[in-house]
Amino acid sequence: MSEARRVPLSGAPRFELYARPGRLVTALHTLRANPLGAVGAGVILLMLLVAVFAPLLARYGINQYAGVPSQGPSAHNWFGTDRFGQDIYSRVIYGARISFQVGVLSVLIGVLTGLVVGSASGYFGGWIDTVIQRFVDAAIAFPQLILLLIIVRTLGPSMRNVIIVIAIGIIPSTTRVIRGAALAQKNQLYVEAARSVGASDIRIVARHVIPNVVPVAIVIVTTLLGAAILAESALSFLGLGIPPPNPSWGVDISTSRNSFPINVWAALFPGIAISLTVLGFNFFGDTLRDVLDPRLRGGR
Amino acid sequence: MTRYVVRRFALAALILWVVSVAVFLLLRVAGGDPVILQQGMSATPERIAQVHKDLNLDDPYYVQYALWLKHMAVLDFGHSGVTGTEVIHEFKARLPVSFQLMLMTLGWTILVGIPFGIISAVRRNSAPDYAVRVFAVFGLSVPAFWVATLVLMIPAQNWGYAPPLNETTSIFSEPWANIRQLGPPSLVLALGSMASIMRLTRSQMLEVLRADYVRTARAKGLNERVVVVRHALRNSLVPVVTVLGLQMSGLLGGSVIIEQIFNLRGLGQFIFAAILQKDFAVAQSVVMFTAATAVLSTLAVDLLYVFLDPRIRYS
Repeated sequence: MSEARRVPLSGAPRFELYARPGRLVTALHTLRANPLGAVGAGVILLMLLVAVFAPLLARYGINQYAGVPSQGPSAHNWFGTDRFGQDIYSRVIYGARISFQVGVLSVLIGVLTGLVVGSASGYFGGWIDTVIQRFVDAAIAFPQLILLLIIVRTLGPSMRNVIIVIAIGIIPSTTRVIRGAALAQKNQLYVEAARSVGASDIRIVARHVIPNVVPVAIVIVTTLLGAAILAESALSFLGLGIPPPNPSWGVDISTSRNSFPINVWAALFPGIAISLTVLGFNFFGDTLRDVLDPRLRGGR
Repeated sequence: MTRYVVRRFALAALILWVVSVAVFLLLRVAGGDPVILQQGMSATPERIAQVHKDLNLDDPYYVQYALWLKHMAVLDFGHSGVTGTEVIHEFKARLPVSFQLMLMTLGWTILVGIPFGIISAVRRNSAPDYAVRVFAVFGLSVPAFWVATLVLMIPAQNWGYAPPLNETTSIFSEPWANIRQLGPPSLVLALGSMASIMRLTRSQMLEVLRADYVRTARAKGLNERVVVVRHALRNSLVPVVTVLGLQMSGLLGGSVIIEQIFNLRGLGQFIFAAILQKDFAVAQSVVMFTAATAVLSTLAVDLLYVFLDPRIRYS
């Protein structure tokens, strides 16, 4: 074996020590070269701040009568009022809290589950892999929104259930992607080295395989956060997500649709909030993929 | 090859079986009586008992499941618990609506997505390229149900205009009303698929334009148009066609929200109402139909590859 290919017996991939700073530098460089990614990060940060400081930014309570119903923007109600006379600006501000809570929690639960199941599926192979992948096949063949609707109809609409349902929706595709990444890790020399010093399968998966598929998981998380926020608003719009009178953006668009006289403003602003947030995650996710997935680098 | 095809069909059957068990159980585990939900609180106990008997709801799950499979095998999809009509009748009336919506969406996607993807790749880093890329990210970020809501609300508030909302129109007997009814929703649905097709076409074209045979074609002195259309485009379209196929099979069942908003009497609206009312026969049939379409089109695409790309050999 040549000098260059010698692997430390501890099984720890030493080159990581050198790869890390390089990656960070590349990341900063890419952010500067790709301003859309920076814009995305900025938008995400802005929406996050809005969510955290909502009580300071809002001008009325979320269910408070704040002016004549169904009015356009004015000095009192910056985004106008909805059919109940609630202040749309304040509701949109508080809506950021719900979107981020549902988005972050559901993606965390979904991706962590997908990470464990996918790594195990790819690493162990054999019948474990076959069984898991057939379930994934079935879940992917199941039309996604219909699956979510059926489960949420079973559990009942509530914030907790929306989080669970979106997490369930995330698991199959994440499992599939992580499995592929784990499969690639499985035959790496350091895994063989770890095995040769007597590390157990569980230890190898937990300490070696999972940490090495994490970059893939990070890219998935960013893209999925936008998708999860979209899913929450769609479910709430259909009346099977966050129950009204909570200030979910989807709920507010749905309310505006059923109000008379028609007030376009009431639909416009919550939708802009959703689009902006999702746009932020998509811009940022695209850039992140360019940085972390070398195969695609230079392609765009 | 034959062994591969047989194995793939067996796999497809297995997947559909898992889906059938899943939808069967998911609809039932919640408890609560679907019949009371469907017949209303005023229904007499005798009436409820009768419906229970008609739909075999008092049998244990495994008996109900076996009965369902038996009926499906002879293409008997049962009766709606709500309206009492045969599911297959409703289905035949609604499939054309969803199918036409899907075709029109496909039309917009191809007509807009592919040409703009090509322009974006050929004029890389130009103003049109940036415009296409920004549009594509917007198309993927903006919620379709919001655009649909605005598309209905803005003309209604400003000009008192509304498309036909309460009937099913036919493209053959009343084409104008039909276009007014299905044009807007198909455009809204196409936003997302246009965006992803643009991006995919662009990245595929960029990859192919760097290939040696494209350089050779240019070196031969062929004009740029011929190089792009004959040499580059042809080779970059295979994955684009794949994704189009998968998108469309998903659309057939996935247009739930848009059909709901535009009040189109298609399959999406059918299954949404069925899920809300726990109409087992309807929900199960439509889920099985959409899952079967998805599984079979994936299979068809994989097999089609062999003909499109002679380098691929399955064993």
